[in-house]
Amino acid sequence: MASHAAAALHSASGADAGHQNGHEHHHYTTTGLDNRKIAIWAFLGSECMLFASLISTYLIYKGKSIVGPYPTTEWVNEAGKVFKPILDIPTTSASTAVLLMSSFAMVLALQAVQLKGKEIAATASWWERIQRSSQFWLAATAFLGATFLGFQAYEFTSFVHEGLTLKTNLFGSTFFTLTGFHGAHVTVGVLWLMSLLWIDRTRGLGPKDELVVDICALYWHFVDVVWIVIFTLVYLIS
Amino acid sequence: MATIAAPTQAGKPDAYSNTTGIWSWIATTDHKRIGTLYLWTALFFFLVGGLEAVIIRTQLMRPNMGFVSADTYNQLFTMHGTTMVFLAIMPLSAAFFNFLIPLQIGARDVAFPRLNAFSYWVYLLGGIFLTVPILFHVAPNGGWFGYAPLTSNQFSPGNNIDFWVIGLQVLGVSSLAAAFNFITTIINMRAPGMTLMRMPMFTWMSFVVQFLLILAFPPITVALVFLIMDRFFGTTFYAIAAGADPLLWQHLFWVFGHPEVYILILPAFGLVSEILPTFSKKPLFGYNVMVYSGIMIGFLGFGVWAHHMFAVGMGAVADTIFSMMTMLIAIPTGVKIFNWIATMWAGEIRFTVAMKFAIALIGMFTIGGISGVMHSSPPADLQQTDTYFIVAHFHYVLFGGSIMGILGGIYFYFPKMTGRFMDERLGNWHFWGTFVGMNLTFFPMHFSGLYGMPRRVYRYDAGQGWDLFNLMSTYGTYLIAVSTLFFVWNFVRSRTRGAVAGSDPWGAGTLEWSIPSPPPEYNFAQLPEVSSRYPLWDLKDPAKTAGIDHSHADAMTITDAHAVPVHEETERFTAKELGIPMPLPTAKPLFTAVGLMTMFSGLPFLRNDMFAVAMTLTIGGACMLIGGLYAWLTSPLE
Repeated sequence: MASHAAAALHSASGADAGHQNGHEHHHYTTTGLDNRKIAIWAFLGSECMLFASLISTYLIYKGKSIVGPYPTTEWVNEAGKVFKPILDIPTTSASTAVLLMSSFAMVLALQAVQLKGKEIAATASWWERIQRSSQFWLAATAFLGATFLGFQAYEFTSFVHEGLTLKTNLFGSTFFTLTGFHGAHVTVGVLWLMSLLWIDRTRGLGPKDELVVDICALYWHFVDVVWIVIFTLVYLIS
Repeated sequence: MATIAAPTQAGKPDAYSNTTGIWSWIATTDHKRIGTLYLWTALFFFLVGGLEAVIIRTQLMRPNMGFVSADTYNQLFTMHGTTMVFLAIMPLSAAFFNFLIPLQIGARDVAFPRLNAFSYWVYLLGGIFLTVPILFHVAPNGGWFGYAPLTSNQFSPGNNIDFWVIGLQVLGVSSLAAAFNFITTIINMRAPGMTLMRMPMFTWMSFVVQFLLILAFPPITVALVFLIMDRFFGTTFYAIAAGADPLLWQHLFWVFGHPEVYILILPAFGLVSEILPTFSKKPLFGYNVMVYSGIMIGFLGFGVWAHHMFAVGMGAVADTIFSMMTMLIAIPTGVKIFNWIATMWAGEIRFTVAMKFAIALIGMFTIGGISGVMHSSPPADLQQTDTYFIVAHFHYVLFGGSIMGILGGIYFYFPKMTGRFMDERLGNWHFWGTFVGMNLTFFPMHFSGLYGMPRRVYRYDAGQGWDLFNLMSTYGTYLIAVSTLFFVWNFVRSRTRGAVAGSDPWGAGTLEWSIPSPPPEYNFAQLPEVSSRYPLWDLKDPAKTAGIDHSHADAMTITDAHAVPVHEETERFTAKELGIPMPLPTAKPLFTAVGLMTMFSGLPFLRNDMFAVAMTLTIGGACMLIGGLYAWLTSPLE
């Protein structure tokens, strides 16, 4: 009796809905999407609120600092010392361009992973060939991200030399916290990309790993878009 | 195939899997075990928070009592609020999310079993970090809302607030990780045929709550980051002398704090929406409207935060907008109340303990809801704010609402979790003691509040008309405490001595009752196919749902319902025997959680000039966190 029921259950479990679709049990999903894809979108939605709160605070405190230095105007202290406007827009424009280019490299990295294993014509140009190298584009994305971080480190140290620290005024507190949070996100992204690069070098990423790279790409583009908002609101609109 | 005919394991006390012992709990990735861990831990913190309430009420029993000092009192009311909100009610809801959501949607686990374990361990460690200081008289003392600049270095120079701000930051990680997990689970792990509009109401309300969590926690995360930066690194976010806005904290906190209210109540609403139909033998009245009103409550919940701030003088326009938004929320909430009543209407009602708690929620929450509408009006609120009237209001919604619903849920789901019933006679003592006790405690607070008694005072003079009300409140609290002892005894004893319950002890209609109690580790030997909202009723008692369009697509195909296999109690096989892959047990989530907590726990040492200790803990913790994450993500799940 019991063994009969067990056999029925056993065969039933082998023919459940997941299997009919040609997948393993645990890969059955309601939407057909991978769980990680849905989770990353939920995570990015949450991140929007995080940066919205940070950016709102920056905007609320804009122009409320009692002492300088100020972001876009000159400030003379009691001793008569002149402090230049702090923000260096040309340099940061360059670092913004670098970060934007990294998103381009990220797109090509994902494409290279998707095309891995496909034949390439013998007459293909150097550009067509390099497009197939996921390692090159992952490394390029990480390198451009690290370059952005280098710009940020330079920016922070030069601000400190010009007399603006976390403690100086509301501008310093909000500016360093907001851009520092963004920088931390870029750092996580660079570590993520380097981990992917390491996997690619050890066992190779192929079309079956598309999702893993895609999730990283979504995060990377998100961090990039957040920077465009920060750059516009903090640097460009005075 | 010989193994398939293995002897049955029915009645085995720990039937969630074949393994037992402490390591099986430390390394578990089973959502049911994690739910059980949440339940025990949260009940422990519930008792801690209750004990704090008993001490508070003893101090306020009569005018000018000297039971505790002012400083101790500040620590007690801060920790009572913080414990009940973050360490008791939220994790009690999380216990049900964990245990029930996969069972209700026909899944074998949550989407990310190891992340789920991580959420629990972070909660446990954060809870310990937040609670232990009270033993050393250095507990947080700035109120559960921690208003800055009161909580900045200038006014709170000690370590007390450090524990609060860091503890909450860590607990936020736990809640967010869990929310990403459950959103993914509900969207993506539903069994075939389990459309969104066939999901049980508890899963629906939990779904709304997860969105509230992921959208409401970032603002408080940012507020706490600012406070940590101010307290440890000298920033000026809350420094009024540097030009900071004294309302910045209040806005960021309440943008979180008001959705938090719905995070606390909606799971209880979901639980009673399972209990009432079962014990009325009727499908939930107005299912669609119940779903929409839950979504509406969640949505409007983000537009009412400033009604906590009418007294700060935001101006007529802001006051009017927030007042009207607050009144609007009464509509979807009222819809729910009426639908629950209509569910019971003409039903075959069985007054079990679970049902009594569910009905109590309807009544008690309504009282709290009505007093809430009263102070949604700014002129009325100006009279009531910071008085015991507010304390009465939110205890009617949180105790009369959330706790009543959760207690009902525990009596209702205890048989599913353990395979045994809780004792109904002890349960009745518990229910009536709690019900009378809570009204005796909180109803007089309406009057002491309207007579002008302010919140958070540690003593008061006689002759202001408050004496009798305070005495009543204190006796009520004692009554709740005594009846809670009945509950604890019942809960602990029934695990091993309760009457044995079958797979469907209450005659309920949803999927979780189609599998054995307690469920096997894989939940469903065969993934069910669902064709209606109450698949078990369609199967066992089609007359119950006949004529009710309980899921529009298939009013005609109810006869297909036997696609849901109802398993006999005696059929219990291991996942291995059935060939079902299960997540491997692993302690890596615990290791990672310890890393996270260690990293943050370095911060308070900065205040005491122990720089080396702080750096060791922070860097060591960060290494553990990163190493744990890498080890976790590079090891296979199954």
